[in-house]
Amino acid sequence: MSLRTALLFAASLLCAGAGAGDIPPSERRSGYDLMSRETRAIQDDDATNPGMLWVLDGEALWSRKAGAADRACAACHGDARTSMKGVAARHPTFDAALGRPVNLEQRINICRIERQKAPALALESRELLALTAYVGRQSRGLPINIAIDARTQPFLDAGRKTFHRRQGQLNLACAQCHDDNWGRRLAGSVIPQAHPTGYPLYRLEWQGLGSLERRLRNCLIGIRAEPYAYGAPEFVDLELFLMWRANGMKIETPAVRP
Amino acid sequence: MRTTRREFLILAAMSFAVPQAARAQLDPNLAANRKAAFQEALRRIVGDTQVRRGRVRLQLPPLVDNGNSVPLSVAVESPMTEADHVRVIHVLTEKNPLPDVVSVRLGPRAGRATLSTRVRLADTQSVTAIAQMSDGSFWSDSAEVVVTLSACLEEGLI
Amino acid sequence: MARAVVTVPARAKRGEIVEVKTLAQHPMETGFRRTQTGELIPRDIIRRFSCTYNGTEVYRVDLHPAMSANPLIAFSTVATETGTLAFQWVGDNGYSVTETASISVE
Repeated sequence: MSLRTALLFAASLLCAGAGAGDIPPSERRSGYDLMSRETRAIQDDDATNPGMLWVLDGEALWSRKAGAADRACAACHGDARTSMKGVAARHPTFDAALGRPVNLEQRINICRIERQKAPALALESRELLALTAYVGRQSRGLPINIAIDARTQPFLDAGRKTFHRRQGQLNLACAQCHDDNWGRRLAGSVIPQAHPTGYPLYRLEWQGLGSLERRLRNCLIGIRAEPYAYGAPEFVDLELFLMWRANGMKIETPAVRP
Repeated sequence: MRTTRREFLILAAMSFAVPQAARAQLDPNLAANRKAAFQEALRRIVGDTQVRRGRVRLQLPPLVDNGNSVPLSVAVESPMTEADHVRVIHVLTEKNPLPDVVSVRLGPRAGRATLSTRVRLADTQSVTAIAQMSDGSFWSDSAEVVVTLSACLEEGLI
Repeated sequence: MARAVVTVPARAKRGEIVEVKTLAQHPMETGFRRTQTGELIPRDIIRRFSCTYNGTEVYRVDLHPAMSANPLIAFSTVATETGTLAFQWVGDNGYSVTETASISVE
């Protein structure tokens, strides 16, 4: 780390504890910046990033025919490198039929059920992770772009409420760690600002690729709260809020994190 | 609270399983046994030959992000010619359940005697890399690594 | 399903030392972990990785449970001639994966 970077980091640590409240846009940092040089190097090189194993699986699944309609993703969407560019950066988006926002995993399953006439892929299954990682990869380097309007505002507000609500036996709110104490250490780990810039990501703790939902469940268990069920609307509302909070930050999928 | 028959059977089965696990984890000689295993592995590799410090460069982060996946690289100074090359590179630990981590067999075709990989470290400890040369000599390097437990675990602490 | 990925430069000069990076998808179950009720999860790891260059072995690795899941093995080899690098991973429970990469040497 150069002296300049060290001084900036030290200054940011002083500011981080300065008081409760949202992180000013100029101080937003991806979890990437808080990792060691070695772990960053793993993420930067496609040849060493284990997340790429899932991305390649997703690439194969993209062209595989599925369901009663016997159709592959490629049949409608063509080359993902063009058609899927920017998609992950915009999700969760509002789904008119359901009347609420859906995340990328849900969007993929909606396509599976309605267009491919195939059963939904189980959340956290290898296939769904692979497809989500492959689609997410096509937005790598693009800024997160969540647009809020009258339809999505109530869900954003619900997500924001969850972020600020004290939960669990430890009676902690997400904001207390991730807004007020980012950059400081919890046990041996550095507390990140919790921007979901790289999901699904390879977590060294999992020794595998996992979704944002899985990570949020880990957090809830960490504060001794009952985690919501997989696919619960609370998770999608929280994801909408976290992505909106990270607007403008670059997508890193598939990221690597401790 | 009344225990159901099913719960009782599970608890009874666990009461046999848990002492085994507890014994392994509470073994007061754990550190000493693992250190002895490390010495034994070292002896197995070098025999009676003295191991010299130098020519080997072992790189590990001094504080890991996560003990499950610690980036490790070894590089050995050697011309890597037929006459003078590295034959084997070993990596050992003192506090893991097993002392051996990885062994590499190579020769002049490698061009450079290197290995880059990711390893699991069970605890804060010293990691050792040993290079066996074509002339039968052994060279080594060690690195100290601090390993901490992750803050937010999936299963929580039971 | 992607079981292994290898990265080798497509072209090299004769005698040049090239970097090879390999990734294999594998949980590398150590055999030391236990389930929530205390049962030992059996060991299931990749035991050996080897790389041959036009049939001659140039690099061989013996892996132990201390190697991380989805193991990365990166090394170097001398670009001696045009041909094929063949990679093999062999492990417990009949695990066996091969990959190849071509290299053009002028």
